[in-house]
Amino acid sequence: MRNYILRRILNVLLILLIVSILVFLMIRLIPGDPARIIAGEHASEKSLAELRAELGLDKPILIQFFNWFGKVLKGDFGYSIFTHEPILHDLLYRFPNTFELAIFAMIFATLIGVFAGIISAVKRYSILDYASMIIALFGVSMPVFWLGIMLIMIFGVKLDLLPTGGRLSVYLHITPITHFYLLDSLLEFNFPAFWDTLKHLILPAIALGTIPMAFIARITRSSMLNVMNQDYIRTAKSKGLSTRTVIMKHALKNALIPILTASGTEFALLMGGAILTETIFSWPGIGTYVVLAVQSRDYPAVQGSIIFIALVVALVNLIVDILYAYIDPRIHYQ
Amino acid sequence: MKKILVIVVMAAMFVGLLAGCKPQAAQPVTLVFAKGDAVNLDPANVTDGESITVMNNIFDGLVRYKSGSTEVEPDLATSWETSLDGLVWTFHLREGVKFHDGTPFNADAVVFSLERQRDENHPFYQYGKWEYWSWCFGEIAKTEKVDDYTVKITLSKPFAPFLSTMAMFTAYIVSPTNAEQLKDNALSNPVGTGPFKFVEWVRGDHVTLEKNPDYWGEAPKIDRLIFKVIPDPSARFLALQKGEVQGIEFPNPDDLPKIESDPNLQVLTQPGLNVGYLAMNMGKDTPGFQAPFADVRVRQAINYAINKKDIVEHLYKGTAEVAKNPLPPTLWGYNDTVQDYEYNPDKAKELLKEAGYPNGFKTNLWAMPVSRPYMFDPIKIATAIQEDLRNVGIDAPIVTYDWGTYLDKTEAGEHAMCLLGWTMDYADPDNIIYVLLDQDAATVGSAGNVAFYRNSQIHEINMEAQQTSDFNKRVELYEQAQVLIHNDAPWVTLAHSKQIIVFNKNVSGFVLYPTGDYRFENTAIAAP
Repeated sequence: MRNYILRRILNVLLILLIVSILVFLMIRLIPGDPARIIAGEHASEKSLAELRAELGLDKPILIQFFNWFGKVLKGDFGYSIFTHEPILHDLLYRFPNTFELAIFAMIFATLIGVFAGIISAVKRYSILDYASMIIALFGVSMPVFWLGIMLIMIFGVKLDLLPTGGRLSVYLHITPITHFYLLDSLLEFNFPAFWDTLKHLILPAIALGTIPMAFIARITRSSMLNVMNQDYIRTAKSKGLSTRTVIMKHALKNALIPILTASGTEFALLMGGAILTETIFSWPGIGTYVVLAVQSRDYPAVQGSIIFIALVVALVNLIVDILYAYIDPRIHYQ
Repeated sequence: MKKILVIVVMAAMFVGLLAGCKPQAAQPVTLVFAKGDAVNLDPANVTDGESITVMNNIFDGLVRYKSGSTEVEPDLATSWETSLDGLVWTFHLREGVKFHDGTPFNADAVVFSLERQRDENHPFYQYGKWEYWSWCFGEIAKTEKVDDYTVKITLSKPFAPFLSTMAMFTAYIVSPTNAEQLKDNALSNPVGTGPFKFVEWVRGDHVTLEKNPDYWGEAPKIDRLIFKVIPDPSARFLALQKGEVQGIEFPNPDDLPKIESDPNLQVLTQPGLNVGYLAMNMGKDTPGFQAPFADVRVRQAINYAINKKDIVEHLYKGTAEVAKNPLPPTLWGYNDTVQDYEYNPDKAKELLKEAGYPNGFKTNLWAMPVSRPYMFDPIKIATAIQEDLRNVGIDAPIVTYDWGTYLDKTEAGEHAMCLLGWTMDYADPDNIIYVLLDQDAATVGSAGNVAFYRNSQIHEINMEAQQTSDFNKRVELYEQAQVLIHNDAPWVTLAHSKQIIVFNKNVSGFVLYPTGDYRFENTAIAAP
């Protein structure tokens, strides 16, 4: 077990090294002078020279890489050219926002996805099955920006039920303690802010959760179908247990492993920030930060964000893998 | 039983959720304006429009732009005079003004605000980058206090546009007490003398300001001004339609027809301080020079050959206006008497024939690889121009490079014709006529003047206009320059991109400034 964890941690480090090399090369492979591209048409010779020094472009490439990688390992991603703030500081400030949204999207995706998957599997080849699977197919292939805009138009503007974007109405205030607004509003017994936060979460969570939801529904269906054909299910049925008990106690528990794997992977991806969803719903998370960095040609911030996202995805995957060992006694690690 | 209870509670929660909390009565009059997020809140340390908008409403400068104009009028200085040699400017300050933190406004505050950007030994120099200082304020040698309400600014050379630059956000006056107390945190806790006071900044979400009840000028008509961050233009429009916000900037060009037909909305628009152009390389000392462009008739022919109206109408999607001068029409000194070259391919052919190119010639057309407001879609624009030129016999294959290389190569004059543009740094014709069209700016390798247009008359005008502080004289000089440039035709002036702001119908009193400043002190909201 310990060996397995060690091996997985080494794996994470290796992935980080590879991502770092790619990210490092990204800025060096752009044709032309990166300083010039960042500074644009108003650049003076003086500001160009300063920028080159800031980016470390005036040294040999290997030295540049080791300097840079050494800093990255210490958590120093450098300063953003645009905000003049340490990049890690910017990212950590926004991370709870992305995290809160990812959790909600995942709750939505798992609840609906597992439910639809079970129904499909149990009522195989029924209208319900076809309907769920068509919706699932629709869900995986739907462009998020279109879905987001449609949700805003219908529930935000036409029906006027939910806000069109943001995390909290501008006339409310929450004292940031954990930076998770739901938690913070409860901690200070600020119920209007709690409701308001919850309302702001619904539409982006649906937009962001739709693809994972569809994916989970399909995995659940096939995994359930697989289990339902096993002998022990037949035995359980012939013992005279109710269908409900058979499905919930015997089938679902055994079908859960692939579902968990799928959910873990999806969750890891959501944690990296959802560029489109966050932009459409004005969600101040990692995704909107990346967009801003790209738009303002802030290469150090783009580099830092990519490494940060890679790290988060790798860590969440690691945690999910380790959790299996405890959840499923059949899995052994050598 | 338990199940029913759970269902009832869930249902109650859901209803409560949807009913939500409506804003209560007697709320302060609040205007919410949707835009991008600010980056930084020290006026001397910002360079982006989103931050500048916030600065415009918290701070005052010594001088400011007249409402909706680029002309300068008194603000925190009530009057000023210039020494005969144009080097020393003396400003007399308004008395009885206080910063939002109670600090009295005086000469010390002015000296502090400017010297911290210039003097590398100033104790507060280390807290900022002061990028605009080196771009636009390089002429300032020193700022000194004469007495409590008089300051003296000495320039290293006579530079009349100096007064325009003093109306910029960079020269806004900040509270020295605040800076001393907060050190580098002052960058995100701004304290000025302006119509609105800073309340909070939730990064990535919103900036809240409230009315300054002690404002020395006319009191603002709204109690609270909130800048809400909505990065996506379509989402901005939806928030406006719903009434969550009362105003938005930069709507999606594709949404414009829908916005204009909405009876609840109003659109404010005017050309901004920018120009997109096609430059023809006249520099015989440049590697890209081609003989035909030395002939004024060829350059004029190209001006006649290009259907600008068509390009602006179809390729800018209503976000720009046809340009006939290098200067935008909202800038003082604009010469409206200049008659633009009309679209006339026959006349173009005739001129080419006169110049000795009856069958046209082969050249090249460089298109920038990035889109800018003044050059909405460069490759499509270049393709349209290429087609127009082919009609008069000129064969111009399109050339493009990555952006950094493009700028380097055009500055070195490797092109025959190139597309470029400019967003002005300060509201003075000098920023275009000198920076982009003077012989001083036509140095091969670092040219701002990529037409390598060298006209000694233009140079004389620029020199005189930089040295005289007589406003009317300067207007006259720049009007003259525009006629010369029109006749010499070093450029095909293409377009001025427009500022576009959309408000709810019940918002009134907002005025667009050509500089892109957004000032809300006169903005009011009628009760719905």
